[in-house]
Amino acid sequence: MRTTQTYIASVDQGTASSRCIVFDRSARVVSVSQIEHRHLFPRPGLVEHDAEEIWQNVLTVVREALAAAALTVSDLVALGITNQRETTVLWDRATGEPVHNAISWQDTRTDRLVDELAGDVGQHRFRDRCGLPLATYFSGPKIRWLLDNVPGVRERAEAGEVLFGTMDSWLVWRLCGRHLTDVTNAGRTMLMNLETLDWDDVLLDGMGVPRAMLPEIRPSMEVYGEAGGELAGLPVAAALGDQHAALFGQTCFDPGDAKCTYGTGSFLLMNTGSEPARSTNGLLTTVGYKIGDEPATYALEGSIAVTGALVQWFRDKVGLIGSAPEIETLARSVEDNGGCYFVPAFSGLFAPHWRSDARGVIAGLTGYISKGHLARAVLEATAWQTREVVEAMNGDAGVAMRALKVDGGMTANNLLMQCLADVLDVPVVRPIVAETPSLGAAYAAGLAVGYWPDTNTLRSHWHKAAEWLPDMDPAQRDRGYRKWRKAVQRTLDWVDDDDE
Amino acid sequence: MGVVELAGQLDLPKATVHGILRTLQSVGFVEQDAGSGKYQLGAALLHMGSSYLDGNELRTRALNWSDSLAARSGESVRIGTLHEGQVLVVHHVFRPDDSRQALEVGALLPGHATAMGKVLLAANRYATEGLIASGLPAFTAATVTEGDVLAAELERVLERGWAADVQELVVGEASVAAPIHDRRGVVVGAIGISGPIERLLEGGAPRNDLVSYVREAARAVSRDLGGIPW
Repeated sequence: MRTTQTYIASVDQGTASSRCIVFDRSARVVSVSQIEHRHLFPRPGLVEHDAEEIWQNVLTVVREALAAAALTVSDLVALGITNQRETTVLWDRATGEPVHNAISWQDTRTDRLVDELAGDVGQHRFRDRCGLPLATYFSGPKIRWLLDNVPGVRERAEAGEVLFGTMDSWLVWRLCGRHLTDVTNAGRTMLMNLETLDWDDVLLDGMGVPRAMLPEIRPSMEVYGEAGGELAGLPVAAALGDQHAALFGQTCFDPGDAKCTYGTGSFLLMNTGSEPARSTNGLLTTVGYKIGDEPATYALEGSIAVTGALVQWFRDKVGLIGSAPEIETLARSVEDNGGCYFVPAFSGLFAPHWRSDARGVIAGLTGYISKGHLARAVLEATAWQTREVVEAMNGDAGVAMRALKVDGGMTANNLLMQCLADVLDVPVVRPIVAETPSLGAAYAAGLAVGYWPDTNTLRSHWHKAAEWLPDMDPAQRDRGYRKWRKAVQRTLDWVDDDDE
Repeated sequence: MGVVELAGQLDLPKATVHGILRTLQSVGFVEQDAGSGKYQLGAALLHMGSSYLDGNELRTRALNWSDSLAARSGESVRIGTLHEGQVLVVHHVFRPDDSRQALEVGALLPGHATAMGKVLLAANRYATEGLIASGLPAFTAATVTEGDVLAAELERVLERGWAADVQELVVGEASVAAPIHDRRGVVVGAIGISGPIERLLEGGAPRNDLVSYVREAARAVSRDLGGIPW
């Protein structure tokens, strides 16, 4: 007998990999498929992806996730998309072929361009309109770099023959043939006005980006279209930047609700309600999500560039561990960090410092330091960086955070989670589905097609899977934070004008 | 320690000790400090006698599936590895009812009185013999304390691919577990649920649906580790 049970799928097109997860109506994981893609490093500071490879990987993970659960496309009610943000693709409207490799959000090639754009006004030149400081991170400067540096592209972009998209747009274009993006992704370009939620002429002029190449900005959840090809008939019903999807997946629907996602980088977002909250502490103002025709929900964000990426670096470039989880085994071989602090400012420092002239340091090195101490310092770097962002957020929000909802791959690291609770001095809570970006995209798509009736239903799915309570002497916490801040000072002003 | 010190303590010629150390060093059982020239126990020794898979690795690979098992069963989930006849808890997912619960990662549970322990012992005759030889303490009236009774039960566990404990560790509680295999087919861990007998049992035996959830989770983790070819 043919079952009538239906499912929902989401694709998380992330920095390191693309993943498809199929969920059932109780928001339980039915199957998962994941493929890593290549990182291309043409020169120091440059990080690119092959957009075509990513598109093929996305098709493969959807196919494999369906196969793993013995399902077909017709068993799915919808597909939701969540994606690494800011990573920029330009492609030819006629052929659909990318005109250049995708430029990753991690790429710092635009650091001088960003300085030029800041000019005499400074890095907050566009902040009132778009909520963001000028930084290499965002899509706008990356688009400008491509327009300036790839021959012929500017003319063709002005004629609407070359299109821009973040990864959501790229995937929707390939899936449905429509050129659109959602408010959360558009909000990371520095080109969208936070109040009107539309492209802003002042920002477009300032950045030098022609409107003709930009996608239409849509809500985060509505049916954008039906997929063709091997996914024919599948409604594509949501798109959110990964952090926004995680906020949604953690059911942070009320002002004051906050979450931090620990992946390659880490991102702390707090729901601030229906008005954009302005930061005086170096945080970003961003759109949390927008459900159909309802007013948008805004958020404050603190982003940390290098957290899981430091563990990967330790694995791939230093070679002291064979897999990322082994960092915990190595770190547990010693009692503490031995006085060693590791500030991974590989691409400068992000929130709350925003210093692109910073580069990484390992401070406090003595002959006593072993590989175990280094492993500790690698993990603690994530905890201390979180502490800096939490302090900034507490300042802007005017209330102290009482607990931190966490998710992402690094939450499997118990030592790190305990360390977080210790240095933040608040309970750290992990929900039962750690892959909240995927869950959030599925929730969003499910709301759009009526698979779930409302946000209260979604909230009833949230359950605590683990909790870590603070267990650190306050004096020790203060001493550690003081040392960390001294180490941060030592990263600043490293980059010189004549650096290659 | 230095070679001279070792030779003195072992009452062996220095050259002999040096030869032995070189052999042990070549297989990673001792390491020589490059600066001082002194020897210490090597990393390979740390992996002996424990599971074939790093517990932190196992937890990371099993994270989604153990969450999913907790969500489907409505009970708390633990993943354990064998540690000197006992079960070392390497992962713990709370019962999804948002009640107050404490993380038990790092705890040791008795091998013969838990479902996870039985699954792990069934796959390791050597550890079972050692445990039986050292005696099987009773925790409740239902704890299996006879060596041959345990051995017979482990045979059944091996045959059917899952294990249960019914009030054998704590009165009023039961647990169900199934083995996790790595790509060589070696049992590297066990995943199981535990909870009150009112919810876990039906007619005195574990509920069929719960047993199948546990076995499906174990198979899913094994598949991710490359242990099952489908």
